Amino acid sequence: MNNQDQNHLSTMHRVSAGLDKRYRREKHFRWMGLGAIVTGLVFVSFLFITIFSNGYTAFQQTFIKLDVTYDAERIAPLGETDPQVLAQGNYGAVVKAAMREMFPDVSNRRDKKRLYGLVSSGADHRLRERVMNDPTLIGTQETVWVEADDDVDMLIKGHIDLRLPESDRRVKDDQLRWIHALQEEGRIEKRFNTTFFTAGDSREPELAGIRGAAVGSFFTLLICLAIAFPVGVAAAVYLEEFAPKNKWTDIIEVNINNLAAVPSIVFGLLGLAVFINLFGLPRSVPLVGGLVLALMTLPTIIIASRAALKSVPPSIREAALGVGASPMQTITHHVLPLALPGMLTGTIIGMAQALGETAPLLMIGMVAFIVDIPGSIMDPSAVLPVQIYLWADSPERAFVERTSAAIMVLLMFLISMNLLAVWLRKKFERRW
Amino acid sequence: MNETTAVNTEGFVPTTADDAEAKVTENKLGEGTVGEIHVDDPRMTCRNVNVFYGEKQAIFDVSLDIGKNQVISMIGPSGCGKSTFLRCLNRMNDTIDSCRVTGQIKMDGLDIYDGGLDVVPLRASVGMVFQKPNPFPKSIYDNIAYGPRIHGLSDNKSHLDEIVETSLIKAGLWNEVKDRLDQPGTGLSGGQQQRLCIARAIAVSPEVILMDEPCSALDPIATAKIEELIDELRENYTIAIVTHSMQQAARVSQRTAYFHLGKLIEVGETDQIFTAPRHKLTEDYITGRFG
Amino acid sequence: MHTSTLIILLLGLMSLAYWFGRKRSLSLVNGRVRDLHSLPSYYGLHTALWCGIPALLLLVLWIVFEESVVMGLVVDGLPQEIQNLPESRFELVLNDVRNLASGNIVSSGVDATMQQAADRYTQLMRISHAALFVVALSIAIAGAVWARSRISPEQRARNRVEKAINFFLLSSSTLAIFTTIGIVLSVLFESIRFFQQIPFTEFLFGLEWSPQTAIRADQVGSSGVFGSIPLFAGTMLITLIAMLVAVPVGLMSAIYMAEYASKHFRTLAKPVLEVLAGIPTVVYGFFAALTVAPFFRDAGEAIGLSVSSESALAAGVVMGIMIIPFVSSLSDDVINAVPQAMRDGSYGLGATRSETIRQVIIPAALPGIVGGVLLAVSRAIGETMIVVMAAGLSANLTANPLEAVTTVTVQIVTLLVGDQEFDSAKTLAAFALALVLFVITLALNMVALHIVRKYREQYE
Repeated sequence: MNNQDQNHLSTMHRVSAGLDKRYRREKHFRWMGLGAIVTGLVFVSFLFITIFSNGYTAFQQTFIKLDVTYDAERIAPLGETDPQVLAQGNYGAVVKAAMREMFPDVSNRRDKKRLYGLVSSGADHRLRERVMNDPTLIGTQETVWVEADDDVDMLIKGHIDLRLPESDRRVKDDQLRWIHALQEEGRIEKRFNTTFFTAGDSREPELAGIRGAAVGSFFTLLICLAIAFPVGVAAAVYLEEFAPKNKWTDIIEVNINNLAAVPSIVFGLLGLAVFINLFGLPRSVPLVGGLVLALMTLPTIIIASRAALKSVPPSIREAALGVGASPMQTITHHVLPLALPGMLTGTIIGMAQALGETAPLLMIGMVAFIVDIPGSIMDPSAVLPVQIYLWADSPERAFVERTSAAIMVLLMFLISMNLLAVWLRKKFERRW
Repeated sequence: MNETTAVNTEGFVPTTADDAEAKVTENKLGEGTVGEIHVDDPRMTCRNVNVFYGEKQAIFDVSLDIGKNQVISMIGPSGCGKSTFLRCLNRMNDTIDSCRVTGQIKMDGLDIYDGGLDVVPLRASVGMVFQKPNPFPKSIYDNIAYGPRIHGLSDNKSHLDEIVETSLIKAGLWNEVKDRLDQPGTGLSGGQQQRLCIARAIAVSPEVILMDEPCSALDPIATAKIEELIDELRENYTIAIVTHSMQQAARVSQRTAYFHLGKLIEVGETDQIFTAPRHKLTEDYITGRFG
Repeated sequence: MHTSTLIILLLGLMSLAYWFGRKRSLSLVNGRVRDLHSLPSYYGLHTALWCGIPALLLLVLWIVFEESVVMGLVVDGLPQEIQNLPESRFELVLNDVRNLASGNIVSSGVDATMQQAADRYTQLMRISHAALFVVALSIAIAGAVWARSRISPEQRARNRVEKAINFFLLSSSTLAIFTTIGIVLSVLFESIRFFQQIPFTEFLFGLEWSPQTAIRADQVGSSGVFGSIPLFAGTMLITLIAMLVAVPVGLMSAIYMAEYASKHFRTLAKPVLEVLAGIPTVVYGFFAALTVAPFFRDAGEAIGLSVSSESALAAGVVMGIMIIPFVSSLSDDVINAVPQAMRDGSYGLGATRSETIRQVIIPAALPGIVGGVLLAVSRAIGETMIVVMAAGLSANLTANPLEAVTTVTVQIVTLLVGDQEFDSAKTLAAFALALVLFVITLALNMVALHIVRKYREQYE
């Protein structure tokens, strides 16, 4: 008895003796865990800060005020008002004349070219539009704000390092002088960049916008949703409610799980080989993109829908079957409405995944340079992530901020979709 | 230690010559409890223990001594708080966030809830065996060696081997597993698994072993073996066992405590509780009127 | 007229058919629904299905075969000498006809025969479209009328409709199988053509990759070299770096979330980490190319190391960041699946939290964690955008993470973006790479999912 006591005491002592060391290790381990989470959080915030700090300036664009004279000589020499003639007027010369007027001392060819380079090549279009809308402008004088060239824009936004020698700089010394002069006259102003939201792609950063890509994304997602949602739900209903438990069902199940983990680029190759080469559908169109993304998101939707069906308690089914409903009626009248929020949540998450997907779309040719805004699912178009990829590849500094801005827009869509999914889940969550 | 001579149904009046302070604090001890909460030679003393889960109180003012080298069984209808009380004895309730314990629980004079004892050595000396056998997904050997290893109780490999062997022998499992110590503990039968868990608890040489319905998941033969084992272990250890089987309580324990709705209703010698319960509720439960 | 117009017309007809069918069933029993076998709406649905399904089926078949039938007719009309052209040239001619018909620029000069063929093509297509309209709409109407005439109170309309729905459900569930078969066949066929040109062993074991095939035979480096080892080595290097970032960080954050974090902290931090999972890979690629790669290059410069601006390290680290939430959510699942009894057993013996985690929970969860890591590896191997944007194009066979390497997915993208000729080894090589990629990821997934499933069953 005593001996036993002794033994116990010594256990207690020995355990206590090692305690400090063990608690130190405990603390280290805990710090490691916290460190890992902090690392993750730091990555998230770093990524967002990088994107935001690079991108927020793209929502503004530098404009230059020009005093233009709509010289009839240059636009419609014979006084025609026919829109076709008006459309072909030499508006570039009008812009150039306005520039020359401001800096009459610029004479040699090279300098003139640099001077003209201060305004965007899109300035002509702006003037053309104004004249087409109101032909009476011809022969009059007007003050117009036109987009500055992207290099000027970058300079005004402070992205050009003036300490570099002139030869390494996109904006030369005399251009700097002119810009200063313009600034002093109050002819340079930063305004909200509407072009970014209303235009399609362009080689000129100041004329490039995300509208075309956004519309392309919309059409692509529409096709994707129209196919993936009904088929996904139907497959889930079959597997969960009707499928016999046999080898065939097993194979389908394993298959779906595997498909969820197949690299997305492989789906792109499938699309290329089947939809384009075999069925002869055109390249770069939202229809094919949507089909490919539908196949890709299908497993996600099926898995989520099955989970939603599983969470509907069997008692509901038994109750419906008990009053004589057919299995199909039981499903459509009772089980589906209860499982729908879960299915929708899964679908939204699948759609968010599809919206951000790039690689498979590269395979089906959605990387073409497309200026026009697509009007239907059969028009060639880009999608937002592909637009980001294309712009990220462009060398101009001004495309960096536009890429970041496009990413901000894309992330905004994705985050709102995810929030919607979370809200749906919260709102309809049921505990049985 | 407390010597008592008188017991009444209303409450406990200490009659010992203990210091005045003890008298004051223990004045209301065991109010509502019938029987003798004190023992001559306590290993653990619990005073006015209350347990809360969030807002809900699960244990009301329980005071109880647990005597050395004794088996005390705790019985009562399900949900009466007997398991909760048991889990207070080695602070297993700490793992539940919302759980709060007030009152005083002492082991060998050290308050286990008041910084007097760290939870790690406390649990090393108050082992626990759970309702469902829960061997780790490791080999039989590693299951037993786990405790000594983390606590640094073995000096070397041969010492560890010795600890494993003696623990298994004490748990009556040695002969059945000595040839397959490297096989997973999860491969044993339910009864063997539970004895493995007992051996695992013994391996750190605890003073007290808490058992939370250790036989509820076992068949009658395995149960009989465990009961036999408990009886043998009494020689070296103090054992507190929660059981829903009154027969088991009667077979293995010397003292029995009857809990009802979070209150300790009656405590006494097992024989007395089962043959002559003093409280109406105890009697109703023993005679099977509810439970 | 457009196909979508036809589809809308058919949908309109179907709703009409529904209405007629429903009305007919009711009028048959003078409004006494009780006398009908099924509810009136089922008779309506039955009629609508007979109206729509055959017409829609015809529509699909028509669209699939229209082009080849019309082309066949056009070819028959072509002069004999064009028909006798070698296959590749002949294909070009057909393409020109198609382009001419749709008003696009064609590659060769337009002669009279071509123009004629194009006109014929346009004309035939127009006829075919018109015919499709007429035939589809007549079939729809005929189907509806026939189904309506068959309606009787005894007809088991509900059972028939349900059978049709059941068939739709079944075929939906098999679409996944067809997708897999489609993937296998599409990469397999082109791969076989590739291996007819390049020996299988050279592809699998060759140490040099340079797919530039010259157009003319006398150009320098006229024949490409297709040894895929450098690509797989590059992929493995980047995957390894990604795993070195993702596994410790992901696993430790999952452990902290599951075992240490207060409820409050968890509800705050978890969604933020999950944001990482929702960010499109193209964004990570941009981040890697714009920020991380220059950072590593400058940091390397500062300590006197030459780091390539397309280093495997940058791509790998960013890929690792992308995979963190994947690893952590999978680990979180498996750690939470370890029964509480395990923890109790360990705490009951006096183990500290970290001892319990390291010696009981992790060993118990190990199969699940391994499965999760394998899934993460498969994801890293198949990841495309990050490496396309941040890793290099030149196939270096190196284990140095500071150098530029290329990966399988990068090569697939470079080979297939832009102009493609489906008979050059260069284009076909992409399919061979995709085949290997698919087989590797499939094997990894199968093993991983099997392990995870077995693990789940163990604790259920």
